[in-house]
Amino acid sequence: MLPENLRQYAIASAVETFDADAIVAGAFDRGELTLEIAPGKIVSICGFLKYDQKFVRLSTVTAVDRYPAEPRFEVVYHLHSVVHKQRVRLKCRVYGADPAIESVTSVWRGANWYEREVFDLFGIRFLNHPDLRRIMLPDDWEGHPLRKDYPVTGTRI
Amino acid sequence: MSDQAIPEVSAAAVAEEPPGPGGTPGPRRMVLNMGPQHPSTHGVLRLLLELDGETIMKCQPDIGYLHTGIEKEFEQKNYQQAVTLTDRVDYLAPLSNNLGWCLAVEKLLGLEIPPQAQWMRVMLTELTRIQSHLVWLGTHAIDIGAMSVFLYCFREREDILRIFEMFSGQRMMTSYFRIGGLALEPPRGWHQRVKKFIDAFPSKVDEYESLLTNNRIWTGRTKGVGVISLEDMLDLGVTGPMLRAAGLKIDARKDEPYSSYEKFDFEVPTKTENDVFARYQVRVEEMRQSARIVKQALEGMPAGPWKADAPHVVLPDREKMKTQMEALIYHFKIVTEGFRVPEGEVYQVIESPRGELGYYVVSDGTAHPYRVHMRTPSFGNLQCTPVLIVGSLIADVIASIGSEDFVLGDTDR
Repeated sequence: MLPENLRQYAIASAVETFDADAIVAGAFDRGELTLEIAPGKIVSICGFLKYDQKFVRLSTVTAVDRYPAEPRFEVVYHLHSVVHKQRVRLKCRVYGADPAIESVTSVWRGANWYEREVFDLFGIRFLNHPDLRRIMLPDDWEGHPLRKDYPVTGTRI
Repeated sequence: MSDQAIPEVSAAAVAEEPPGPGGTPGPRRMVLNMGPQHPSTHGVLRLLLELDGETIMKCQPDIGYLHTGIEKEFEQKNYQQAVTLTDRVDYLAPLSNNLGWCLAVEKLLGLEIPPQAQWMRVMLTELTRIQSHLVWLGTHAIDIGAMSVFLYCFREREDILRIFEMFSGQRMMTSYFRIGGLALEPPRGWHQRVKKFIDAFPSKVDEYESLLTNNRIWTGRTKGVGVISLEDMLDLGVTGPMLRAAGLKIDARKDEPYSSYEKFDFEVPTKTENDVFARYQVRVEEMRQSARIVKQALEGMPAGPWKADAPHVVLPDREKMKTQMEALIYHFKIVTEGFRVPEGEVYQVIESPRGELGYYVVSDGTAHPYRVHMRTPSFGNLQCTPVLIVGSLIADVIASIGSEDFVLGDTDR
């Protein structure tokens, strides 16, 4: 459900017309529009935004760990429309047990490395990703450092 | 050996060659490991190249050798301390990174920055752009074999580093922009120093151009090399001068002005040839435009305070701290526990010398950032490498990846 006060923003109402069920929540804060999308619909919404709304660039994909809250992870996408000089932020909440979400590499090939980074540092799997390997850390690294329950001090005994 | 005939192999026949056992390359292909200590990768980039003769058939970049967990470290620091981390991300453009971070946090705080601090930020960031492009030009030319350009470029770079040292006490890790303004009052005599440099600089750019632009070896090595379609670049996350060399007028300074860039008069140079030479021309022109901006900043520098009037965020003057009780309390609070930032999230974009630099900062209302993500331009630019070099000759790889202008610290963070 799109919050009433966001209908005034063209992108938000366009997404609502395209698929009203996909929007879980939304916010407009400090001049930036955020839409929370149901995880299962992320690929279709991204495709709609890229091909219909001219968001040709995917700036970045990252994640936020809300440990110990559930759903634990937020996967965050920043989209950029070069023609309209606009940006929009998409968010998907993913549960902490075996976190996984559909990859958007089919929409932007450039999502490849960003999703690999999130996989590496947060341990979120991206389904149908062409090359899901660690990118920053060595292949035999244990754990995912950007998770909030990853220790920052002390040595392993 | 000489009278033994070497069989002619067409490129198409090699492309169709079946792979060896276990998906390994067939017998005619060679896998070449370039890096991570190859000098032309300017850091620690490793490229796995699959060759047929001298033609690149496949390329797999391997990054992460400089990963230092900076995003995790942000979560352990308070907002003001974290400025020093941003220098170390892109060590050729420290002030651009300082600016991105400060703007993001100031947006979260809703802090108004006085005009002098804004203009000073613009001036120093543009000097950073010149400095970064000079390092790029010098090292790029040296990769392709033009040795002397390097010496000229580093001569001017040294002048800029001395200016940075004058302002901040540091040559490279300046940390001169702080949340709420500048770290220190601009030093005495900065105006003459910067003016002397910037008045002479355009003629120095002419010198570089006279060494390269009509040089037959340079044009032969760069024209028509490293061509990649604009659609591919947009799709793969490339930003900055590479897009502008393909004819797309995209620049965050114009599109989403920050830090009063809208008050400056400058052009965004574009080219349409979309090869290594066009990227060189775009960057050289950007140096001239940056010099224009620095000149305007010098002439129109507003007077007034150089830090915001926000005692709970900005450290008080030394004099006040020692004479006024209230200032002492604020000083103690800021130094010991930092300041709280209202809950929320922002994505602040600036135009770094390499392209779109974005800071995504999430605050949970405490004195430490909850999560910081840096969208660094080098990471996106590097991702296009396989598309850029597959099908070209191995000698052109150096020119092509040089034209991306990545910094591995910026890529790996």
